[in-house]
Amino acid sequence: MSRRGTQVAGAVLLFFLAWLVAYPLVLTLVQGFRAGGEWTAEHLRAFLARPTEMRALWGSLWISIASVVAAGLIGIPLAFLFTRFDFPGRRLLGAALALPAVLPPLVGVLAFMFLYGESGFLAHLVRAVFGLEETPWRFQGAGAILLVHAYSMYVYFYLFTRAGLTQLDASVYEAAASLGAGRVRTLTRVILPLLRPHLAGAAILTFMTSLASFSAPYIFGGGFRVMTTQIVATRLNGDDGLAMVETASLALLALAALWLLQRTDADEVSGGSKGAAPERRTLGSGALRVSLGFVSVVLAIILLLPHLTLLLVSFVPLGTWTTEALPPAYTTGNYLTLIRDPVRARPLANSLWMATAATLASVAIAIAAAALTVRRRVRGARAIESLLTIPWAVPGTVFAIAIAAAFSVRSPETLRFVLVGTAWILPMAYLVRNLPITGRAVLAGARRLDPSLEEAAATLGASRTRTLRRVTLPLLRSAIVAGATLAFVTAFGDFVTSIMLYTYDTRPVSLEILSSLRQSDVGVAAAYGVVLMAVSAVVFALGSERGSSG
Amino acid sequence: MATDPFLVLDGLTRRFGSVTAVDHLSLALDRGEILALLGPSGSGKTTVLRLLAGFEHPDAGRVRVGGTDVTDDSPVSRRFGMVFQHYALFPHLDVGENVAFGLESGSLPRTEVTRRVGESLALVDLAGYERRRIGQLSGGQQQRVALARALAPEPRVLLLDEPLSNLDPALRERTRREIRDLIHRVGITTVFVTHEQDEAFDLGDRVALLERGRLAQVGTPEQLYAEPGSPFVASFVGRSAALPVRIVSVDGTATRIDINGVEWDVPRREGEVARSGPATLYARPEALWLTVPNAAGAVPGVVGARRFAGANAAFDIELEGGGRLEVTAPPLAARPGDRVGVVPSRRAGGGLHLFPADPR
Repeated sequence: MSRRGTQVAGAVLLFFLAWLVAYPLVLTLVQGFRAGGEWTAEHLRAFLARPTEMRALWGSLWISIASVVAAGLIGIPLAFLFTRFDFPGRRLLGAALALPAVLPPLVGVLAFMFLYGESGFLAHLVRAVFGLEETPWRFQGAGAILLVHAYSMYVYFYLFTRAGLTQLDASVYEAAASLGAGRVRTLTRVILPLLRPHLAGAAILTFMTSLASFSAPYIFGGGFRVMTTQIVATRLNGDDGLAMVETASLALLALAALWLLQRTDADEVSGGSKGAAPERRTLGSGALRVSLGFVSVVLAIILLLPHLTLLLVSFVPLGTWTTEALPPAYTTGNYLTLIRDPVRARPLANSLWMATAATLASVAIAIAAAALTVRRRVRGARAIESLLTIPWAVPGTVFAIAIAAAFSVRSPETLRFVLVGTAWILPMAYLVRNLPITGRAVLAGARRLDPSLEEAAATLGASRTRTLRRVTLPLLRSAIVAGATLAFVTAFGDFVTSIMLYTYDTRPVSLEILSSLRQSDVGVAAAYGVVLMAVSAVVFALGSERGSSG
Repeated sequence: MATDPFLVLDGLTRRFGSVTAVDHLSLALDRGEILALLGPSGSGKTTVLRLLAGFEHPDAGRVRVGGTDVTDDSPVSRRFGMVFQHYALFPHLDVGENVAFGLESGSLPRTEVTRRVGESLALVDLAGYERRRIGQLSGGQQQRVALARALAPEPRVLLLDEPLSNLDPALRERTRREIRDLIHRVGITTVFVTHEQDEAFDLGDRVALLERGRLAQVGTPEQLYAEPGSPFVASFVGRSAALPVRIVSVDGTATRIDINGVEWDVPRREGEVARSGPATLYARPEALWLTVPNAAGAVPGVVGARRFAGANAAFDIELEGGGRLEVTAPPLAARPGDRVGVVPSRRAGGGLHLFPADPR
């Protein structure tokens, strides 16, 4: 491609991304301030005047902060335990720690409901053991949401802290010790400051994920409202203007958090990354070892329980499990329903093709963005990068509302088309949500590539296309696979955007789970959950194999 | 009749913002000649190489090969082979595939490609290494694969970017010899970049010394050493101590100078400063000799530090009238603290150079 051709390609990509990502958001903001064809602050006034709105906003904020604290309290000690110490059961627990990752948000919520809910596994057990008529607790409200968040988000803290700790080399500890610092002082004065960027990264990621969390508040919220569920409720009431203002307020909160993240990214502490990692200490006395081993086995079981419960419930025939501790009867009928009943099999096919299409498109865009912004910086390169990042910061609910608002109007001259209600809308929404996932992975991979590799290919007479095909893409393979894997799993299990945009013909698995649940067809819902979980696990496994062999 | 030069750099200029990395650089190489681009870091030598390879486009000036202007040709169509500082071998391809990479763009039949790959690898003494992974090779072997890969498509010009900087010192000298033999055998016109004077002298038929983007001097290693054209050349090539002196008189073959009241005759070279008055003497350690402090024509001083270097040692002499000189002499010639005299050695012809006084 000539210089000119490159610039044109860059402009086309920038324009497309602006239309896909920024335009709907801008339209949403505008609509929040319009009524009857005129500018108005009426929606904003309504928003500020209603105590429920402020409560929801405050609810979003505090539950997100509490989630960060809870996830940190679990994830950080686990990471230290794993990197620094050796004890019985270490490998078992290590394998179990990744388990929450294979549960798409709605499936995780489903599993928690089956496990800890009023008519869940634990409730059955407690009622049977103590001979109770009623379950002595209600799994609802902020506490339940927080539990789900802590379970699914401690992984961020665990992974980030581990990454930080493995970068620290043994000489850091030795230097601190030789300067007379004790263990506590080394931790507080040396290790934690060095880990600061990693901890900050995990905290912001957890915060953003909690802020955007929809499945848990939607299912367990009860009277407790957060902004994401509030938006959906307002929208269902038909108060579109107010919904837009709510959406804008949530987006602003998220963007403020993103701004914080980029500040911490900028002044990252560079730790010594050369040299050997410190050896793991085998933990001392016999009693401590045994109790740690016991604790790690119990922890592994707790981590696995949601999955097991889901699996158990998926084999329970409709309406047979009433008062017993364990289900009295089992059947494969729920799974057979999924396969045999064409109406019920449809969502699986829908989710598969929509997630695949969105993943392929987002990978293609990420590769194009890398080619146009990393080596040859076209005009607008920064804008392209920002547009790829925005959907990461903006909660899925916000995007769903924005896309629904932007593409339910036919107005070709302003580039608005009626896509809502067509088969295009969900793959498009998934694509937007996937952009930051594949974009980050591929751009980071491309930045790590030694530029002289491509130059070497050029001096050897290889054209741009041949260089891309033979050198750049093969070297980016692991980054592409990693991004695509995560993107596919996210799109495949998506609930947040789907619930706002699906049609009967394009209903994805998550919506089918919800409707099964509404019809109290718990077994089929669980079976779908197991399928989502299994596909996620298989894709992750394939991804890590493919990615690492390159 | 002299043949036309094969590779011509004509007034090349490249600016990055307000920095002029390469400033009106002109050089000409004969076919098969090896030119070393020598200079301190930041002197623009790597930019020159990238201009030649086509990765950078000059703001002014042209590059010609065999009479054809290639300035606007892309790196792809230029047919210049390049060996990168970190080799830039493709880690996902094996040795044979790396070497074959430059052959596959053309229309060569498969068997011919295989044959040429084998030939190129044999040339760098790696016959039979086709199926090795890049990660399994030592640094020296990777360097040779990079060389084989660059040479396999039979480029018109070979460019080497700091070819030895990634090798440990023990391996460097041997590899240097191998590269020199190889380039001479292939007979390819070569430009290589280095900041090591030894490397430039050993490998280059001629050496172009760059100073802040400009050509300071170009010539054979002997010329650069014996006839430095500027204080920068005199101090960058070999060692030289700078000493403020006064020119007393000039005749046809020699310049008489005054150092702290002692007079020396320095052989005069064409174009050298010839006016009486202050000047700066650049004196090489091997052009001076130690004697007793009050010998005729000796500049007295005190031995400061002594650096042992086998057969000889380098002595720092603090002159009594101010200033400092460095002298090479047998290690036992003096000890730190001794009072000595410094005189020009008998065969000092090439080692003493006069330049206009430093403006300081």
